[in-house]
Amino acid sequence: MSAVRKLQQRPVLLEVSGVSKSYGGQVGCLDVSFSIRPGEVLGIVGESGSGKSTLLACLSGRLQPDTGSIIYDMKDRGPVDMLLLSEPERRRLARTDWGIVHQNPRDGLRMDVSAGGNVGERPMAIGARHYGNIRAEAQDWLQKVEIDLTRTDDKPRTFSGGMQQRLQIARNLVTKPRLVFMDEPTGGLDVSVQARLLDLLRGLVRELGIAAIIVTHDLAVVRLLADRLMVMQRGRVIEEGLTDQVLDDPHHPYTQLLVSSILQV
Amino acid sequence: MAYVAVKGGERAIINSHRLIAEERRGNPDLAELTISQISEQLGLSVDRVMNEGSIYDRDLAALALKQAQGDAVEAIFLLRAYRTTLPRIAVSKPIDTTRMTVRRRISATFKDIPGGQVLGPTYDYTHRLLDFALAAECGIGKPEAELADEPLDSVIPRVIDLFDGEGLIEADISENDEEVFDLTREPMSLPAGRDQRLQNLARGDEGFVLGLAYSTARGYGGAHPFVGELRLGEVIIEIVPEDLGFPIEIAEVTITECQMINQFRGTAEQPPQFTRGYGLTFGHCERKAMSMALVDRALRARELGEDVRYPAQDEGFVLPHTDSVEANGFVTHFKLPHYVDFQAELQLVRQLREQREADQAKEAAE
Amino acid sequence: MSGPGNKQCDTGDGYSFAYLDEQTKRMIRRTLLKALSIPGYQVPFGGREMPLAYGWGTGGIQVTASIIGPDDRLKVIDQGADDTTNAVSIRRFFEIVSNVATTEQTAEATIIQTRHRIPEAPLQEGQILVYQVPQPDPLHKIDPRENETRKMHAYAEYGAMQVTLYEDIARFGRIARTYDYPAMVNARHLMSPSPIPKFDNPKMENNPAIQLFGAGREKRIYAVPPYTSVRSLDFDDHPFEVQTWKGCCALCSSTVSYLDEVVTDDRGGRMFVCSDTDYCNKRQADRALTTETGGIVAPDEGAKL
Repeated sequence: MSAVRKLQQRPVLLEVSGVSKSYGGQVGCLDVSFSIRPGEVLGIVGESGSGKSTLLACLSGRLQPDTGSIIYDMKDRGPVDMLLLSEPERRRLARTDWGIVHQNPRDGLRMDVSAGGNVGERPMAIGARHYGNIRAEAQDWLQKVEIDLTRTDDKPRTFSGGMQQRLQIARNLVTKPRLVFMDEPTGGLDVSVQARLLDLLRGLVRELGIAAIIVTHDLAVVRLLADRLMVMQRGRVIEEGLTDQVLDDPHHPYTQLLVSSILQV
Repeated sequence: MAYVAVKGGERAIINSHRLIAEERRGNPDLAELTISQISEQLGLSVDRVMNEGSIYDRDLAALALKQAQGDAVEAIFLLRAYRTTLPRIAVSKPIDTTRMTVRRRISATFKDIPGGQVLGPTYDYTHRLLDFALAAECGIGKPEAELADEPLDSVIPRVIDLFDGEGLIEADISENDEEVFDLTREPMSLPAGRDQRLQNLARGDEGFVLGLAYSTARGYGGAHPFVGELRLGEVIIEIVPEDLGFPIEIAEVTITECQMINQFRGTAEQPPQFTRGYGLTFGHCERKAMSMALVDRALRARELGEDVRYPAQDEGFVLPHTDSVEANGFVTHFKLPHYVDFQAELQLVRQLREQREADQAKEAAE
Repeated sequence: MSGPGNKQCDTGDGYSFAYLDEQTKRMIRRTLLKALSIPGYQVPFGGREMPLAYGWGTGGIQVTASIIGPDDRLKVIDQGADDTTNAVSIRRFFEIVSNVATTEQTAEATIIQTRHRIPEAPLQEGQILVYQVPQPDPLHKIDPRENETRKMHAYAEYGAMQVTLYEDIARFGRIARTYDYPAMVNARHLMSPSPIPKFDNPKMENNPAIQLFGAGREKRIYAVPPYTSVRSLDFDDHPFEVQTWKGCCALCSSTVSYLDEVVTDDRGGRMFVCSDTDYCNKRQADRALTTETGGIVAPDEGAKL
């Protein structure tokens, strides 16, 4: 726990207050508030329809919330409300200081561009113009996510699901973002592949000191990765705390149900 | 030096024009077609050219068809190029199709309708047997159809309006004074409004729009259409000249109108309701009017909160590709010389092959 | 053709000077001013239907028709040549509808309408080069959705374009684009130079002439004002380079002009000649002259790399 306490002394990286989003009469997420510090990993769990994906879309700028504020501590400008940021600034942030790992790698990769090109896109987008350096950096990241370098020039459509997901992670982390959003990053993968990916993610997040918000319905994922946990039901946060505390001693009946429904491993 | 650069493009072009004129005339021993013969006896062809050429002038359309040797797409092109030079004198008042002098009017949704079902002129129930009487030297004389016992009502309500009272169908878009977009004066901009969409489809190539419409009914668009009403006849065109301040009639034109009724499941705010698709053409162009109505409805997917999954629902795909003049120009431009680009590509391919051979030789040596 | 019902004007007499009505010309001139003010930015315009097929130069023709005056001297080239059929056809069109003087000599022309080439002879201040453009947006192949490419231009997000060049090098060891090679104008907007060979790209840079680009079918106009920076995309360690040939032009011996390959027989015989016919003819004439007078063959000039 001392590691967590140390984290809490750092300034807040992302401060979310009172974020709500509804679709017509249907609640997406309701009055969600939390904050996250540099290097901290926050898990958001809940079943489908609990509002966790809506919340993630609002946070990562893909959806405009109805109310609330999302303050991010920008590298060069300090704390700024993301909802007041102009579209080009938001898009720039999203491909430099942020990362978004989609559940379906097709949403996050260019399927007709080589693995090297996929990883090289972000550096090129912010001005890298030396082919040799871009390629070297891309290969460095392919190695970090355990993709064989002989596959550098292959297109992701020839990759397995696990490899595609690792490539997506490399493509996002190459600009050393300080905050990464992950939407069911292990969804749709075999159990053994999931375990390897989680190991890798845990290593990278710790090594690079990246803050991450991980949305999942899989408690094993948060157990392994998240420092803190938020449980959502019907659009609201019903319980939050340190991951181990919430999972080992759930207070809300819904969290208890969620935890007991998972086989203990 | 054996080689002399090819010259004489100008002479070739002039000669080509003479050749095409000769081919167009065909056997000079036969009588030359007149414009009125084309206009009277190839009427549906003239209608299509007027419609996609977007100018209502039977003689000009017939002339274009004659000049194009009957090639509809070429004739439409001729008419469009002429139309673009014409001044805009006035914008007409919206036409009122309930006041149409109806010649044909059918509904697939009710057996009997106020004003009655009127079959009118149609090939629908002809058996498609070649009629050799038409080929006979002496011709077919003067066929005449019998007159009905009594004339049709002067005002025939639209079938689709019968639903309006119950709220079973979405409300028609109200007439307003907003300026209507003019696709022939302004570049298309997406997302397109209804005016842009309908103008684009009305001018669109009949075959392309028909194919798209067909796709929506074959699973690529989820259409469940009913022909609310299809009507053909003559309507009055009115304008309000500024110095007069009241409407005057300037023309009577033949149009085909199709109101297509489509299913809609409703949303949280709206109870289930039918939706509309609309088609309107100059002349007698039923196939086109129906196709247009289906594609119009398919393109409203986003507006109605449906997933845009199929080509016919994607305005970014449909609207830029309907126009036969644009499509024909671009596809046929590949005939133009591309020596320079081809040389550039040829050089690259040779370079890449040399490099590959060199690499292989090096490998073999090692 | 004549006869009852024939209402169409069959000569230029019934049409405005240079075919387009004055209102349309004004609209296009306003578009051109906007395009010149924002170099490389594609300005939408209300393109008209022309009596020439889309894809055959309707954009270039509309631009030329809007700027041409009775005192202008027009040159039209296609593939660098004045005598290719489409160039002849467009030149004839302007002869009929505007009655302006035409020329085949680059130096004499005030307006040059071109498809696929920039003349070899350097252009001067006061000259206008009008390009025919089939696809104005270099990002179109990366993302066909215009809503998205408009944003990419607006926010100068050109990383994805650079990725396509990266892919070429990864696959072929070099950038494999040979024509319509994308260039950055005024360090701000990415531009399609139209399908000119990349050989011509450097000529756009810092050119004293006005360069106007018309895309009729796509209804876009863009421009490069005189003395504007036009940089072809590349990498520091794979710099932009242009085509070179081992031999010289078989007719005028130029070693610095863009060459067309001509197949001379069916046994693999081929030769290379200048694609710019005016440049080639002029050099041949000069050479004949110097040979007659016993002078020295003129060195290559004009085609700067």
